[in-house]
Amino acid sequence: MKHIRVTIVILVTCLFIILIVLSGTVCRHLRERRHQHLNRDSNHQANSTAHKKTFPVLSFNYEHVRTPFEISLWILLALFMKLGFHIIPTVSHIVPESCLLIFVGLLVGGIIKATGEQPPILDSNLFFLYLLPPIILDAGYFLPMRPFTENIGTILMFAMVGTLWNVFFIGGMMYAVCQIDAAKLAHVDLLSCLLFGSIISAVDPVSVLAVFEEIHINELLHILVFGESLLNDAVTVVLYHLFKEFAHEQAITVTGAVLGVISFFVVSLGGVMVGVIYGIVGAFTSRFTSYSRVIEPLFVFLYSYMAYLSAEIFHLSGIMSLIACGVIMRPYVEANISHKSYTTVKYFLKMWSSVSDTLIFIFLGVSTVAGPHTWNWIFVIFTVIFCLVSRVLGVIGLTAFMNKFRIVKLTKKDQFIIAYGGLRGAIAFSLGFLLNNNEIKNLFLTAIITVIFFTVFVQGMTIRPLVELLAVKKKKESKESINEEIHTQFLDHLLTGIEDICGHYGHHHWKDKLNRFNKTYVKRWLIAGERSTEPQLISFYNKMELKQAMMMVESGSAAKLPTIVSTVSIRNVQAKGSPKPSRAISKSREEEIRRVLRANLQNTRQRLRSYSRYELLNDALEDDISEARFRKQKEMERRMSHYLTVPANRQETPPVRKVFFQQEHKVYTYDDSESPRGRASPSCADDVSELKETPEKPDQSSTPRANRDAELKPKEQDDQGDQLKVSRCLSDPGPNPEDDEDSTFLP
Amino acid sequence: MGALQSSPGRPEYSDLAEKTGFSFEQIGVLHKRFKQLSHNEETLRRDHFNEIDDLAFNPIRAQIIEAFFDRRNFHQNGEGKVQEIGFEEFVVVMSHFRPPSAHMTEEQRGKTRREKLRFLFNMHDTDNDGIITLEEYRHVVEELLSRSGTLEKETAKCIADAAMLEVASISVGHMLLERFEIESRMIIRFLNMDTTTLCK
Repeated sequence: MKHIRVTIVILVTCLFIILIVLSGTVCRHLRERRHQHLNRDSNHQANSTAHKKTFPVLSFNYEHVRTPFEISLWILLALFMKLGFHIIPTVSHIVPESCLLIFVGLLVGGIIKATGEQPPILDSNLFFLYLLPPIILDAGYFLPMRPFTENIGTILMFAMVGTLWNVFFIGGMMYAVCQIDAAKLAHVDLLSCLLFGSIISAVDPVSVLAVFEEIHINELLHILVFGESLLNDAVTVVLYHLFKEFAHEQAITVTGAVLGVISFFVVSLGGVMVGVIYGIVGAFTSRFTSYSRVIEPLFVFLYSYMAYLSAEIFHLSGIMSLIACGVIMRPYVEANISHKSYTTVKYFLKMWSSVSDTLIFIFLGVSTVAGPHTWNWIFVIFTVIFCLVSRVLGVIGLTAFMNKFRIVKLTKKDQFIIAYGGLRGAIAFSLGFLLNNNEIKNLFLTAIITVIFFTVFVQGMTIRPLVELLAVKKKKESKESINEEIHTQFLDHLLTGIEDICGHYGHHHWKDKLNRFNKTYVKRWLIAGERSTEPQLISFYNKMELKQAMMMVESGSAAKLPTIVSTVSIRNVQAKGSPKPSRAISKSREEEIRRVLRANLQNTRQRLRSYSRYELLNDALEDDISEARFRKQKEMERRMSHYLTVPANRQETPPVRKVFFQQEHKVYTYDDSESPRGRASPSCADDVSELKETPEKPDQSSTPRANRDAELKPKEQDDQGDQLKVSRCLSDPGPNPEDDEDSTFLP
Repeated sequence: MGALQSSPGRPEYSDLAEKTGFSFEQIGVLHKRFKQLSHNEETLRRDHFNEIDDLAFNPIRAQIIEAFFDRRNFHQNGEGKVQEIGFEEFVVVMSHFRPPSAHMTEEQRGKTRREKLRFLFNMHDTDNDGIITLEEYRHVVEELLSRSGTLEKETAKCIADAAMLEVASISVGHMLLERFEIESRMIIRFLNMDTTTLCK
């Protein structure tokens, strides 16, 4: 079985490679033939009158679609590669995806070169304008804000000071190396070396993302390295342009240096400001998009992309602009757009960034084969050595400094991972490619490619076993929990209060002030409708509810209705350790119930049958979701009213309650059914009285969601009220099963 | 101003420093703040706390203030509430928020974590019976939402219920907070320098 999969994958990839190669050669032949054709035609016309051609039933015109066709082929190749690596699990455990992709790129490049064609090089324009933004937007939009803001000082320190140190150290040392006679590099002057340093020293977000995503280290380290890779863009941009200008003029002036420092602030702060402006405009626009929900995701993408491009116009830091835009826009946009748009945004971003990332690595491989290389042993080897050395020294030095200010100190293990995670990538290559064409360029490019290969292959492959070896803390698999949210907020307020009592304005005080400002002024402008006054806890709760309801519906998947019934039988079968005797529903009863429920729900569905291309269907899935949520809420309320005290945070629970808890445990997981048990204490009279309450409940609980779902809510509620009654009786036999079921089962 | 004023009565400071782990300078700063809050009296009362303007926006203000007057937080195994506290109790309560010192053994770390958790628990457990009931938890959620203006009692109830059920389902109550790494989050930076004159 596995062999078949492997062979299929290999065959398909070979097919694609061949296709790509062929498309290159075919079009060349076609061009020649067309030229011949034209010449012949013109000759004919010159000589004779119109030569009658028969109408071509089937013709071949490749030139017409050449560019999009080849682009699609390349993207398809990238996708098949990605698919292939996940189908063959053994390899992907050892080798990170990026390595494999570069390898494939090398192969493809080799094949293309072998056929005599010129393989395409990673065009810097293509890279910076089309391939990089999706990755950065994806990273910025989903940036975890809490760890980012908590560690912002350290991140900025690493990004700015660390990169500066790297640049000057590497540049200086390489200049020293170039002075060695044996290297024959005397023509490389100091400025060029500094320029080289500025290209090679920046940690690359694409590579970091690609490698770190697979090793799942703890949040702190991940955000430190990743945040650094994002924020060092400003430094890179400034230094790169600065040294390029200087190299052009062959001199460093003092005014130049001062201007450089000023330019740094302009570039970074300007970039952030551009991003913030676009973010606010985007958030404001999303306030009105309820009139046409289908185009909502496009606003998010376009505003962010425009932010990036606008920043690039002025040579400001496009990456920082993009990140700022995503971060600012996100909370407000998410409050405004529909759930479907949110999912669309999420998946499109993931999709584009995934494709981009794959294409970048493949192209890196191809460009390696393609480009002209000037291999100089000494230069290359020393570059690699100095990159490593400067990174280690920089990290150690900066950590020693930052640990004085940090509450959670960085240990030696952390420092090692941060240093080891400083991967270089495609940005360095593209920047190098933009250099003016001279002999030094090829030398630099070769060195850059070698460093990239070294970091991605050697460091990328060994980081996972090292993480295991050093027992670095992994990412906590934390399910989103309402408790955590409550406690986080509680803690925030508590710490703010204590700071106020202490009398000094610390970190928490300012954060609290910002939140209050946000709530009173900003949210009112940027969020539509009543959601603007919704406190964070409630929106979090609603989000969680929706998610859980969806999970419940999806786990019921194919036959949604019988789930209710089947859960009853499943539960009864599984009742171990339960003090009550279990009871099964007879088959005929099950069938009856199923029929009744299906009929009811079908009526609801038929009413929803309206179709318009530009409207989104309020389809069956959403019905089920809202139904599931109501159901869950009713369950919870019933359960809560039955037991009012819970001994929390305590070791000794009375033995009776212990048994109880075990049942609850089985009940509350979302993969199995959602059927609560009866309790020891309450009587079924409670159940019956609760049933009467149901009509009122749905109205109240649905108000937070009112402006989100479609028009048919009121009707649904009545039906669902009935169904809920039925479903609830079914799933809870109560302590006296016989009487309960017969009396309360009503269609 | 300066050096002379910052250390009156050093012997009592050394006692406190040993008990709570603050440095002399930090205790000096706290003493100044204490005197500022209490208008140079010997003890602090609840209305002194109510005078702090910044606290007015805090939704759980009442509970924070109560925590200062709760005997259970004084590390003397007492119970119940007091009406006024002296400087020593003030510093002891503050010491719950001290950052962990650089060299701590696992045991010490566990101890501080338990102390902080105990403090939080006492804040929730308002009727001093050692158990957090559903009503108390609901009260917490309502307080948190109280500043938002639109207090929907229904939603607050739902949230509290969901939270309680979560705890119940995990069935090892305080493990939930363990994941939190309380000892690194429940921390205030205590300054060695006196900045109280700059704010308030």
